[in-house]
Amino acid sequence: MSEKAIQLLSIDKRFGAVHANRAIDLDVKKGTIHGIIGENGAGKSTLMSILYGFYEADSGEIRINGERKRIRSSADAIAAGIGMVHQHFMLVEPMSVVENVMLGAEGGTLTMRGMEKARAEIRRLGADYGLLVDPDAIVGELSVGLQQRVEIIKALFRGAEILILDEPTGVLTPAEAEQLFEVLAELRRQGRTILLITHKLKEIMAITDEVSVMRRGEMVAHRKTAETNPRELAALMVGREIAHPQKGASQAPGAPLLEVENLAVKDARGVMRVSDVSFMVRAGEIVGIAGVSGNGQSELIEAISGMIRRNGGTVTLCGQPVPAEADAAETRNLGLAHVPEDRLRMGLVTSFSAYESAILGHQDRPQFSKGPLIDRDAAIADTEDKMKRFDVRPPDPLLKTANFSGGNQQKIVLAREIETGPDVLIVAQPTRGVDVGAIAFIHRQILDLKAKGKAILLVSVELDEIFALTDRVLVMCGGRVVGERITDETDQNEIGLLMAGMEAAPAIGTPAEMRP
Amino acid sequence: MNLKSALSALTLSLLATSAFAQSKPAVTFDVGGKFDKSFNEAAYHGAEAFKKKTGIAYREFEIQNDAQREQALTRFARDGNDPIIVIGFSNGSALKKVAAEFPKTRFTIIDDVIDLPNVQSIVFKEHEGSYLVGLLAAKASKSGKVGFVGGMDIPLIRKFACGYVQGVKAGNASAEIFQNMTGTTGAAFNDPVKGGELAKAQIGRGADVVYHAAGGTGAGVLRATADAGKLGIGVDSNQNHLHPGKILTSMLKRVDVAVEKALTDANGTAWKAGVTVLGLAEGGVGWADDEHNKALVTADMRAAVDKATADIKSGAVKVHDYMSDQKCPVQ
Amino acid sequence: MSAPLAPLPRWADLALIPLINVTLAFLVSGLVVLAIGESPLEATAIMLRGALGFGEGIGFTLYYTTNFIFAGLAVAVAFHAGLFNIGGEGQAMIGGVGAAMAALLLGTMPSIVALPAAILASALFGAAWGAIPGWLQARRGSHVVITTIMFNFIASALLVYLLVDVFRPPGLMEPSSRVFDAGAKLPFMAQAAAWFGLRMPKSPLNLSFIVALVACLFVWLLIYRSRLGYAFRVVGANPVAARYAGISPERMTIYAMAISGALAGMMAINEILGVQHRLIVGFTSGYGFVGIAVALMGRAHPGGIILAALLFGVLYQGGTELAFDKPTITRDMIVVIQGLVILFAGALEFMFRPALSRLLSRNVAESA
Repeated sequence: MSEKAIQLLSIDKRFGAVHANRAIDLDVKKGTIHGIIGENGAGKSTLMSILYGFYEADSGEIRINGERKRIRSSADAIAAGIGMVHQHFMLVEPMSVVENVMLGAEGGTLTMRGMEKARAEIRRLGADYGLLVDPDAIVGELSVGLQQRVEIIKALFRGAEILILDEPTGVLTPAEAEQLFEVLAELRRQGRTILLITHKLKEIMAITDEVSVMRRGEMVAHRKTAETNPRELAALMVGREIAHPQKGASQAPGAPLLEVENLAVKDARGVMRVSDVSFMVRAGEIVGIAGVSGNGQSELIEAISGMIRRNGGTVTLCGQPVPAEADAAETRNLGLAHVPEDRLRMGLVTSFSAYESAILGHQDRPQFSKGPLIDRDAAIADTEDKMKRFDVRPPDPLLKTANFSGGNQQKIVLAREIETGPDVLIVAQPTRGVDVGAIAFIHRQILDLKAKGKAILLVSVELDEIFALTDRVLVMCGGRVVGERITDETDQNEIGLLMAGMEAAPAIGTPAEMRP
Repeated sequence: MNLKSALSALTLSLLATSAFAQSKPAVTFDVGGKFDKSFNEAAYHGAEAFKKKTGIAYREFEIQNDAQREQALTRFARDGNDPIIVIGFSNGSALKKVAAEFPKTRFTIIDDVIDLPNVQSIVFKEHEGSYLVGLLAAKASKSGKVGFVGGMDIPLIRKFACGYVQGVKAGNASAEIFQNMTGTTGAAFNDPVKGGELAKAQIGRGADVVYHAAGGTGAGVLRATADAGKLGIGVDSNQNHLHPGKILTSMLKRVDVAVEKALTDANGTAWKAGVTVLGLAEGGVGWADDEHNKALVTADMRAAVDKATADIKSGAVKVHDYMSDQKCPVQ
Repeated sequence: MSAPLAPLPRWADLALIPLINVTLAFLVSGLVVLAIGESPLEATAIMLRGALGFGEGIGFTLYYTTNFIFAGLAVAVAFHAGLFNIGGEGQAMIGGVGAAMAALLLGTMPSIVALPAAILASALFGAAWGAIPGWLQARRGSHVVITTIMFNFIASALLVYLLVDVFRPPGLMEPSSRVFDAGAKLPFMAQAAAWFGLRMPKSPLNLSFIVALVACLFVWLLIYRSRLGYAFRVVGANPVAARYAGISPERMTIYAMAISGALAGMMAINEILGVQHRLIVGFTSGYGFVGIAVALMGRAHPGGIILAALLFGVLYQGGTELAFDKPTITRDMIVVIQGLVILFAGALEFMFRPALSRLLSRNVAESA
């Protein structure tokens, strides 16, 4: 029996009426990778925040290496040998790697000596764990994968024996994720303990030794990874078996509803982000766009939907040409609906009430208008109705948008865009940060729309999703469409190669200009 | 006859008793505040001098916004303060209302004329004093170029400028004069940095004497002229001591004397309503002549300025008042 | 690295935090008063009595409140669209020019014609002066914070030029227009009360106070109930989402600045049409800047702005009374006290939030 690095004993935490953590027990053995899995809002982040000193538990006990500890701040956590790599990095971008690593651990007024030491230490850590990074590089110029490395080095530099990683692969390319897992395995081999928070079952299965499942603030199961399977874990997470929708047989494609020809988009700096892209989506068809994040997919759909100007080419919606200066309101009137890739950044306004977010983009429709005013009652009633049909929880149109979980926020966006009865739907990353239960629901909605004869353009970085839903797939790389396949006649391997531009994935991250 | 004389005796004695009852004076300062190193401060010194001599304290208020003008005057009048000394022309319209409401209270306003039976209006002939310093500037200038830096661009300051220009032209008909106003807001009276810049610019164009009528801004003007080895001319109070030997003279506007006199007169029986215009003849304006600028004023200059003083007093020379027609005959 | 805080209950956010801040500001001010050898209690008593204790004082307080409501609303509307309009002073000055031009032209007409025209003119002129920086921001990328403050200076120069060289009747020392004819004088509240047989003490308070309250209602409807206000809020909260929704952030920037400028311009209704009955230099007296603090304290909500404006009205009128009665407490001291309130209520708004949030969430947890 190996000793326990972390022991949590009946941790309890409430926020007002919300019982975020309910009598949580957890044992993490030293020198293992321990996964924590659960839907959004299951209480994973709260639990880790308690462990890292952001919150104090209302009751319960934390033991580190068998010793009872009170962790009231991140300083306490660091002193106890705990390091954390956040989902959103805590780095100062204009500073160099060594400066970031030293931040808060400068060791004296003059930084010269400490700097030399830190530089040496960064090189040593790099050699020991495969965490190679140039200590004098400017952090803002590094790829996301390398920035994450800096975060890990930062934690190790402070003497972390226990490392918490919160959704670490969410921002990484598949190749970067692979490299991260190698680093984690090396850390484990050298006796460090790792807590991995994720909602991706694949990752749990790939790297962890043990896994704990959380649901609605409770710890519902502990398993040895070798003794479980994704199906069981998924069921434990959502509390029931999930039926994944079948995409069904392809129908005979109808008339082209979305036609894009020779589309080109430059960014503010004049860099070509999309060049010479042509394709069409017909009625009753789902076309996927696969590609590593940052290869022009965002610009493509923003240009089609009128959010940004295109620099060439034509777009035709339902047979009508879309003027070059058309804005999003105009394309919407032409029959386009758009579920944006980042609901928090553009699909919703988090500070608004749910009903206000639920009319975003539709605020000028007569249905919601009373002269110059918004017909608040109509908007609320409509939102309530949509919430019921899309099973949004809680079904409260007056609740602040930010207070819904990711999956429920996504359902609000989806309901808003689908329920207007569009002819063409652009849907980007529909299940990013959405829990397993909601994924199935969202996929079903998209397939239902296809069955109704609508044209759907699906942009996703998750190949599983592309394969689960689409009839045809286009692969984008470097702003161009580098390949087109019938989904049923290809496999993930081939698409993966196309995504990488027919070459092996780049060794370290993607170049800066290709990141989103 | 008897009755009449008896009545007049009675009136006299009544007046006397009311006069002997100590006055309860009050002073309202204008927006600049009583320590503005200029106009309001001069008034403050006058009030302090009165207090020192008589031991009579006075109430005071510093105006912060326009609504307070009427409020302060009403408040003082209602509380029985008398006389009430009102500093600054901005209070003119407020005083017009309040003085009509309190006909028994005596008011003295500096720098404006209010035609009411209980208001004494004191104005100065700044153009006459400015004429004299302009004359001195012309005589002291070697380059034949002199400067003027005003504060806020309002008629009163243009009146200073116009008098100065007339004086310069009287001293040297071919002299060149550079004029700048610091700004168009009240802040223009308290911007020594900009004042210094303007003075430097004028010096750069050849001016070797610069006169300022710019309140606190003037400190920068005088500093700049002193630093450049040129001559400055002060205003309102005697500023010669600020840079001894570097300030040609100062145009004196005796607000302090006027305030002290009004307070003293009201404490006795000499206070009279009506307009008092204080010019050269009345000693209300003048030029500062002391040990700091003795070496700068030559016998020739002194003779010229003495003659001009006498001519203005006698009426032989008339200095045009810009405010009378909003125009200046010379530029 | 800051921990995400549990949201505060609404009552704590809207009432408790401002109350704590104001109390603290008064306590610190009390120390300042104590330091110069006066009794803070007496000073507070004089301020409160002076501001709220008698009819005339209340009139003055509400008169100041009127200015602060307009100035606060102006800042708030821009704020909802993500803009920081610190040009309230300049917009009010130009609003005053508009009001005065209408009043001088139409003053001989009946009030029912002259007054609405002059009020409209103040709003239109202010709107124009606000829309220009808005346009510069939207189309040229010049930041409104910079341009609005520069436009304050331009407005001030323009006002002085107009008063000195255009509007001023000959022979008048003061840079001021002539007094308006009767039709363009907004009645004082005391006069208006007399129409209904009520007696009110004389004060500068005039009917513009009612206009200010109507403006509050208008802004509330605009921001929280209208489609335009919705668009403002989307742009302010999330410009990317605005573009997604087909709302042009550029256009909304111009509109929001125009409405903000109009509200600031309407400050002139109180000062020019209501009190002075003529155009004068410097009638804005920094009220436009106080509007920033008012909007901050009032959480950019019209209801909050009324309360915050009232607080500042009390501070201004109470401060004046203090200056009358306590010569040792100079007007600069009063500015210090007002500054402390702004500091605690505005700048240090978040000082007590974390502690309070922790305290309240703990209590809720215990009681649950």
